Amino acid sequence: MTRIVRVASGQGFWGDWLEAPRRQVEGGPIDYLMLDYLAEVTMSILQKQKERDPTMGYARDFVGAIESVLPAITERGVRVIANAGGVNPPACAAAIRAVAARAGAAGKLHVGVVTGDDLLPRLDRLMADGHALAHMETGAPLSTVRDRVLSANAYIGSVPIVEALRRGANVVVTGRSTDTALTMAPLRFEFGWGDTDWNRLAAGIIAGHIIECGAQCSGGNCLHDWRTIPDLANVGYPIVEAQEDGSFVVTKHPGTGGRIDVASVSEQLVYEMGDPHSYITPDVVADFASIHLEQAGENRVRVFGIQGREPTDKLKVSIAYRDGYKAVGSLVYVWPDALEKAELADRVLRERLDRLGLRFDHILTEFVGASATHGRLAGDAGQQAPEVQFRIGVRSHDRATVERFTREIVPLVLNGPPSVTGFAAGRPKVEEIVAYWPALIDKTVVQTAVEIL
Amino acid sequence: MRVQLLDLAHARSGDKGDTANVGVIALKPEWYPLLVEQLTRDRVAEHFRGIIDGPVERFELPNLHALNFLLHGALDGGGTLSLKTDAQGKVYSTALLRLVLDVPDAQARALGLPSAA
Repeated sequence: MTRIVRVASGQGFWGDWLEAPRRQVEGGPIDYLMLDYLAEVTMSILQKQKERDPTMGYARDFVGAIESVLPAITERGVRVIANAGGVNPPACAAAIRAVAARAGAAGKLHVGVVTGDDLLPRLDRLMADGHALAHMETGAPLSTVRDRVLSANAYIGSVPIVEALRRGANVVVTGRSTDTALTMAPLRFEFGWGDTDWNRLAAGIIAGHIIECGAQCSGGNCLHDWRTIPDLANVGYPIVEAQEDGSFVVTKHPGTGGRIDVASVSEQLVYEMGDPHSYITPDVVADFASIHLEQAGENRVRVFGIQGREPTDKLKVSIAYRDGYKAVGSLVYVWPDALEKAELADRVLRERLDRLGLRFDHILTEFVGASATHGRLAGDAGQQAPEVQFRIGVRSHDRATVERFTREIVPLVLNGPPSVTGFAAGRPKVEEIVAYWPALIDKTVVQTAVEIL
Repeated sequence: MRVQLLDLAHARSGDKGDTANVGVIALKPEWYPLLVEQLTRDRVAEHFRGIIDGPVERFELPNLHALNFLLHGALDGGGTLSLKTDAQGKVYSTALLRLVLDVPDAQARALGLPSAA
C-alpha cells in the first residue's frame, strides 16, 4: 500500500482559533501538527516584548496549544512544527518544556530549537560589509531608517527543520521560518526528498501554501457558494495526506464542518499570490501554473503535477522599524440623511484641525456603510443607509499632533451635525506605527543552527 | 448581453505591502476564456481608476481557470501604515466582481451565461 504522511494545520496566524490544535489531534489520525503564528509585523511586536522582558518574545498562545495536545505528542507520536519561537526560540522551548514537566512528561518531550534567522545583532556588521538591505519596492538602502529598526529576520527554509526531526525532535520551534517550510519539511524528512528534487519540494511548498491559513481552504472565508457551506461552527481545519511522489490530498477530519472542494482550495491558492510562475522560497521556486486539482471524494481534493525549479541565491529579510504614529476615530450618523450628516461632520472636523494648525503626513476619511471599502464602485446606495460610520484616521511623525487629533472627535457629538451615536469608546488611542521593510540578503550570510533540548 | 462578473466567477484577495492581489476564478471552466478575453489589464485598471494609485498587472492560470491581478498602490501605504478599514485588501475581491461585462448575445447563449444585470 502507498505510504501516506498526514500533516494537519492547527493555526493559521497568531490569534487563530484556540480549539483547532486539539481538534486536529483528537479528530482522527495525523502524523504532524503544523502551527503558523507569524505575520509580517509580528516579529517586531515580539521584539518589543523581549526588550521589556528577556524571557518573552515568542507566541504565547503556543504554550497553551502544546498543553492541549501534549498527550498526543508524548503517547501517540504526533510531532509538532511551529514558527512560534518568534525572536526568542530558546525561551519558547523553555516555556513548553516547563509545561511538559508540570504534566510529568519532561522526559518525553524533545524540543528542536532552530535559530540563526535573527539578524538584528549582526545588522551593523552586515551593512558595513556592503549588504545594503535595500527596500524591495522602493530601492532605498536600510541606512535611511537604521536608527529606527526594531527587528530583522531572514526567512529560513526547510533544512534546519528537517535536521531537527532527524535528530529526534518531536516538537520543532523556529523563529522566522517561511510558513510553507513548516509543512514541506516533515514531508521532505519522511520521504527523503533530495536537495534538487525541485518538483517534489515545490509540491511540499504548495501543500504548505494551501494549509498555512488554517480553515481558509476548508470553508472559512470562502465566497464560492458560501450559503451552502455546512456547519462552520464546527469547521474542520485542513490536513494534507501526502505521498512520496509529491502528490497529495487536502482533506479534513470526518464529522467536522466546512467544505473542501476544488473551489475552496482554488480560492486559497490565489490568496496573497504575486507572479504565480515564480513563488520564491529558500528551498525551491514553485510554479502555481503547474498545479492540477481534482475532486477525489467528499471533502477530498487531489493536488498533483506540480513543478518547481532551483531557488535563487538570496533570502528575503523581514525588517520592522518605527515609523511615526497614527490614530483612527469614528462616530455613527443615523437616518434620515445619514451619509450627508457624516460628510458634514468630516468637513467640520477638518476645518477645526486646520485652524489648530495641525499638519499630518496623511489623513483619510471613510464612510463605512456607504463607500469605505469599494469607493465609488458602491454606487449611491449609501444615501439611504439607516446609519453610516464616519471614520477618520491620521498619521504623523509627531506624537503630540496625533494626540491632539484624538481629542477633536468626541466633541462633535454635541457641537456637530445631529443624529449621532457610537462614541462609547471615547477618544481613540494613539498607536506607534511599526512599518515593514522587505529586503534581500545573500544566502551564504545566514547560518542556521539546531539544538535539541 | 450585460453580465456581472459576480455571476461568472468567485474571487479572493490579499495583500503584499501596498499591493493588493485579486485572484478571480471562473465558476465554470468553459467561462475561463471569456474572462481571459474580457478581463484585460486595461479593463481592470479602468474599473479601479481613482481607487488605486498604481498600475495593474495580470497573470493567467489556465490550470485553475483563474486570473491573478496585482493592484499596485491599493492599500494607502499598506500593512501597519494604512489608515483604511480594508488595510489588507481582503475585500478588493468583491469590488472586482462588481464589474459588468458586455457579451455578444450569441456568445452568451453558446456559453450558457446566466442572464442578469
